[in-house]
Amino acid sequence: MTDWRAVRRLVPEVLGALVRRYGRFDACEDAVQEALVAAAAQWPVEGWPESPRAWLVTVATRRLADHVRSDAARRRREEADALRTPPPPAGGEEHDDTLTLLFLCCHPALTPPSQIALTLRAVGGLSTAEIARAFLVPEATMAQRISRAKQRIKAAGAGFALPPPAEQAARLAVVLQVIYLVFNEGYTATSGTRLVRAELTAEAIRLARDLHRLVPGDGEVAGLLGLLLLTDARRRARTAPDGSLVPLSEQDRTLWDTEAIAEGVALVTAALASGPIGPYQLQAAIAAVHDEAPTADVTDWPQILALYTVLERVAPNPAVTLNRAVAVAEVHGPAAGLALLDTVAADGRIAVSHHLVSVRAHLLELAGDRDAARAGYREAARRTTSEPERRHLLTRAARLG
Amino acid sequence: MKYMLLIYGNEEAFGSIGAEALAELIRETDALNQELFESGELVGAYGMADQLNSKMVRVAGGTPVVTDGPFAEAKEYLGSFTILDCENLERALEIAARNPSARHWGVEVRPLMHEATLEP
Repeated sequence: MTDWRAVRRLVPEVLGALVRRYGRFDACEDAVQEALVAAAAQWPVEGWPESPRAWLVTVATRRLADHVRSDAARRRREEADALRTPPPPAGGEEHDDTLTLLFLCCHPALTPPSQIALTLRAVGGLSTAEIARAFLVPEATMAQRISRAKQRIKAAGAGFALPPPAEQAARLAVVLQVIYLVFNEGYTATSGTRLVRAELTAEAIRLARDLHRLVPGDGEVAGLLGLLLLTDARRRARTAPDGSLVPLSEQDRTLWDTEAIAEGVALVTAALASGPIGPYQLQAAIAAVHDEAPTADVTDWPQILALYTVLERVAPNPAVTLNRAVAVAEVHGPAAGLALLDTVAADGRIAVSHHLVSVRAHLLELAGDRDAARAGYREAARRTTSEPERRHLLTRAARLG
Repeated sequence: MKYMLLIYGNEEAFGSIGAEALAELIRETDALNQELFESGELVGAYGMADQLNSKMVRVAGGTPVVTDGPFAEAKEYLGSFTILDCENLERALEIAARNPSARHWGVEVRPLMHEATLEP
């Protein structure tokens, strides 16, 4: 093993081994990060250890002991001495603590930005500096965020164990949301930040894959993994060389990743067949319908409309209704789509959203009302806070002359 | 999501609350910033030097030309700004409301452009 990404994959195992033996998730997590830093400095020079996992466990345990000893005023000396005996290295009893760690890092006492940061560090093995770069904040800010997150988990009294069965479904939904947000952060278009953030997309898919391995029977976990794969499959086609967004209907579909599409389709097909149906499975199914169309004009819009109709029932949300309006326009004509938007506009949550304005502009363009469409794209461009989206909307306005 | 909190004013406005109140306002702002740093939400907070120190750079024919100013044509100028990275707009507004300047001059909250977009 000489691949650093493979080393990062050992982090949940190493951290789990320490926490199970010594408790103190916060201190163990710091110790594992310090061991990773030491490994990055030593291994390239002194050669890779025979068992990277055992090396990391040993060094992390030593770091933990050092911290406990330097804290001697508050801790008993014997406790520190006990730490001198490292936990048994690889082999013997097998533990996979990834799921426990995911539940802990996505604890409901934390805000989503904190859940994301802690998950990337304690499960993904990313350093604070890497996470800070990905989110364009100073390293000190990210370090504080992670440290505060660990304090909160401690204050909430969360132990290193799976949540009680009655809570697991709700807690799993938070884990899924965090993985989805990590993916969304990484799935971005502009060149300046693309390299660091592409790693987030890969990390999210890896986390979803791990989770699917650990809870293979959960349809929503399979649905999320499918959704991420089916979306990421279009990555090479969704940006032009200048970094601007290419809409789905104009993408060069020969650039799509057929292997990822096949895997995503298989996942969502199996999940939908075994039920119960959830929002990630439905979104994955919609992505699959798009991905299976060899050209945009043979897209099975009636199928997409049917899926959005179910999705709106399962998880009512104004953004879903807007997407359904686009599908309605494709199946029944732009006038029908615009009529649906009028009913949506009455909903206070979405009345001023740039999504509503841009979807209306799109439907007006389909209806041939170029002036109103152009004005709509311009207004949506003013309202959005997403830079790639703003550029995209201004381009669409400019195309209408 | 990142937000910029901007506080505008002028000499008269900043001086009008009295030296003691101004000192208290600065202490309160510092304490709030420390709290936001500890929660991992503070990207940076800066007070602006007086307008007297402003320079304007223009490049004409490939040559940079630096002039003093511009000086107060506007009635109010930027006094300080804070950049936050927090959960959502509601949280940014809550933080703005806790800024002591909100009790005097108001705090402008502006979202910064971000790079994320899931579609297409």
